This record gives sequence, structure tokens and C-alpha cells, in this order.
Amino acid sequence: MSARQPIDPNLWSHEAEPHLMGGKLPSGEIVFPMPTGDAAQGVEPHKLSRTGKLWSWTSQGFLPKEPYEGPGSGPDEGPPDFVPFLLGYVELPGEVIVETRIVDARLEDLELGMEMEFTIVPFNAAHDTFAYRPLAAAERQAA
Amino acid sequence: MTENVYIIGAGIHPFGRTDGRSGREQGVFAVREALKDAGLDWPDIECAYGGSAAAGNADIMVNELGLTSLPFTNVANGCATGGSALASAQQAIASGMYDLALATGFDKHPRGAFNAKPSDYGLPEWYGQTGMMLTTQFFALKIQRYMQLYGISRETLGRVAEKAFRNGTKTPHAWRRSPIDLETIMNAPMINDPLTKFMFCAPAEGGVALILASEKKAKELGADGVKIAQVSVRTRPPDSFEVFQAGVSVKEGGKPTVLASQAAFEGAGIGPEDIDVAQLQDTESGAEIMHMAENGFCADGDQEEWLLEGWSEQGGKLPINTDGGCLACGEPIGASGLRQVYENVEQLRGRAGERQVPGKGGNGPKVGYSHVYGAPGLSAVAILER
Repeated sequence: MSARQPIDPNLWSHEAEPHLMGGKLPSGEIVFPMPTGDAAQGVEPHKLSRTGKLWSWTSQGFLPKEPYEGPGSGPDEGPPDFVPFLLGYVELPGEVIVETRIVDARLEDLELGMEMEFTIVPFNAAHDTFAYRPLAAAERQAA
Repeated sequence: MTENVYIIGAGIHPFGRTDGRSGREQGVFAVREALKDAGLDWPDIECAYGGSAAAGNADIMVNELGLTSLPFTNVANGCATGGSALASAQQAIASGMYDLALATGFDKHPRGAFNAKPSDYGLPEWYGQTGMMLTTQFFALKIQRYMQLYGISRETLGRVAEKAFRNGTKTPHAWRRSPIDLETIMNAPMINDPLTKFMFCAPAEGGVALILASEKKAKELGADGVKIAQVSVRTRPPDSFEVFQAGVSVKEGGKPTVLASQAAFEGAGIGPEDIDVAQLQDTESGAEIMHMAENGFCADGDQEEWLLEGWSEQGGKLPINTDGGCLACGEPIGASGLRQVYENVEQLRGRAGERQVPGKGGNGPKVGYSHVYGAPGLSAVAILER
């Protein structure tokens, strides 16, 4: 077991092949994230697809301000400790387009419509977060 | 009944950084400039609308301007604060209740990108904690997809910024007043791919004030005014893609800018081809590109040719962001939308000096268009006529 906890306990399902958790509205529409409070009334938790297609992407090249809690945000840290990362939107077919970190990829390799797969990655000393990665990278790692 | 409404006074406090002067003081400076321009005194103003995002409530300005007991409404609408203040002041006069109204906006932001609290936007904490709650990312994600779909090149993004800084050199109220060449813009540090440092505007300081009058009052004063043909504010429709969205609908939805633009053109009874000068929200280079199409000035993808041919330059067929826009002026949120209107007022009155656009046939511009977009998905468009 990892000593790290999920950044949010309800963000993904806890099983061998975890799923990002969305919500199914009474209308049948799938939303992400799962609503909370009064907005959750009548919304069924919905396990989102583990695979989808890349819809857009960018890089994060500077240390975000609060409430960012990743590398570089600690009390004794600063911009030199920041680790640039990739993020984007992945379209989960027939469900919803989710904003996510992108891992196991280089910026120059990303292209519209590329197949992506869900994964959980370390975020900081205390927490894991979710990400999507190119399916090709996922297959390479499995091999 | 609906009265015609005129802008008869326009004042600005230079944008940028002004140490030792608060955001509100910059607003008060702009109000005094606008009063001077209109030939009025503060007690003449019957109602006021104003706001800032980070520099306090606008209604406190009465401390400096004078305790005349006028109704003063604070406006808080993100980047569209100025547009909403203008719309409110316009409606107050159009309703027939008032003859003279003030619309003002000012701000003073700390350096660096804006930071937002997830809970203020109804978002879970993890969204901010993991570094996804940045406006700059949204703009990069939106233009990245747009470039792939419509064949917009990185050079075109650079040309937008190059034009902005060139226009800024001619603008007394601009912050960045030195030209920056295309190569420097393209090779600057990458902030969020494909946008480099010089393709983003920066949070800044500044203040703007506009004085609005009924037609009767404008005539009585013999004012040098411009008519507000239409102001339209629209919030996002279903399934749209906006800033701060962890999940986006798979259905392609509408866009608040398209809705506000169509409503403004319909209300004014004119079309995009009738516009002589336009100020479009350009918080980064990609925004100007996409807003050209969303506001109906060109088809998706045509921007490549527009920027290459210089059609949006000062002397082009539709000069866009003639004062350097947000890129050269910076973005003091509360003041930014009103700066665009201020610029159009100056252009239509033929007072824009070195950056004056010729208008169709060289007879001076007759119709000005301004567009501002803000979180969490709203747009305001104002069309002014001389």
C-alpha cells in the first residue's frame, strides 16, 4: 500500500483498475466531477471510461500560486523546485470531456484524437492524483 | 420607453504600475478626467455604477469625489465588470429615470498570474491543489485545439502580439510602449504551450470612467458625444467551453461571445461589415484570434490571412485593438472593459492622435465595436456610433 492518500477520497474508484468518478444526471447526461451538496440530489455516481481521445493539451511552465500543493509550493520551496507538467482535456466517448494531467508523454508527441488511458500518479509526498497517458505509453510500460 | 444614450465624457488613468496610488485613487483620477471632458462637476452626476476585482468597492469613491447622496451601485462581474457597469448606466438612462450617469472601473493587482479559489467558483479543492485552476491554461487549451482544427500557425499568434506592442508605442495610456519583434516574441519563455510570455497580458493597474447622458441632456450641453447603439451582455449557454471547467460536455454548445455579438448587431441594426474599429478581448494572442471569428468578423481559419496581410492593423480594413489592447495595456480587471470603450470613444471623436484610424474612405471612423469576455463565461459587447 502506498503511504500517499488520494488528493480527494471520492475522485476515483478504489479497485485494481480504478475509474475516475463522474455523475449521471436524471436526464442521463454524464458530468464531471460528481456534484456535491444539494446539486448531488438525483445524481448517480458514474464510473467514467478508462480510455478516451485527446481533445486539447498544454504545458504548465511556471509555479502556480496558492492553492497549488505540488512541488515548489512548500514552505521552504520556490520556483526552482517546481516541476513543469502537461495537462489537457480527454474526451470520454459518449460521456464527458475531462480536464486532467497528462503523464508519460512529451509535448511534441501529443496530437488531437490520440488514444489515452486513465492512471493514478504520485502528486506530492502526501497525495496521489489522477492522470491520463497515451495508450501507447501504457502498453510500453506493461510490456 | 427607451431613450437614446450618449457617452459625453471619457477619462482614463494610465495603465501599468503606479506606485503610491491605490486602485481607487486611479479610478477617482479617471472620473475627474471624464467630468472635465464633459464639462461637468461631480454633483451633476445622478447615479453611478462601478467596480474593481481586487482594489475595493467603487462606491467608496464618494469619499474623494463628494458626498452628493447619489445612488452608487457596485458591480462585480469578473473581466466583464466594466461592460456590466456600462450596461447598467446605459439602462438607467434609457429607462428615462436619469439624465446623467457614471460608469467606472479600476483595479490594482499583485504581480504574476491571477490566483483563484476553487470554492468561489463552485469547484472542488483538488482542482486548485493539483494546479489546474489557472486562467492561462484555459486560454492555451482553447487556442491549441482551435489551431489544430483551423490551421492557425504559431507565427500568427506572434503577429498578434507584435501588432499589440506596435500599437502600444502610440498610446499614452498603454503600459508597454516599446515595440517587440516577432522573433523575440516567438522565442520568449513558454508559459502554457503554445503561448509564450509576450503573448499573454499581465495583471496591472489603471482606471477608466465614462459619463453617459440622455439625448436631451447631451444636446442641452452641446456635448461632443458618441451614441451607444447597443450594449449586450450574455452569460454562457448550455454545453459551452469556458474558463475553470473540470468537465466539458461532449455536445458542442454555444458561446457567450457569439450570443452577445449577435444580440448587439441585431439591436444596432447593422452587421460586422459596418464596423470601422474594434477592440476585442485579447488577454492573450489566441483570444484575439478566436474572438475575431466569434464576433463575426471572419470565418474560422481566415485569421491566418488577416494577420499576414495586416488587415487588423491601424490602416487595415478593420483595425483591431488600436491602443495595444490588454497585451500592451495590461489587465486591471475592473477597468479593462471600459478601456476598450474609452478607446472607441476617442477614435470616433477623432482624438486618438498618432493611433487614429482613418475609417472607411478616410472620413474618420463612424462605428466602433468593443468586446470583453470574463470568467465564468460571460461576454459584453458595446457598439458606438458617431
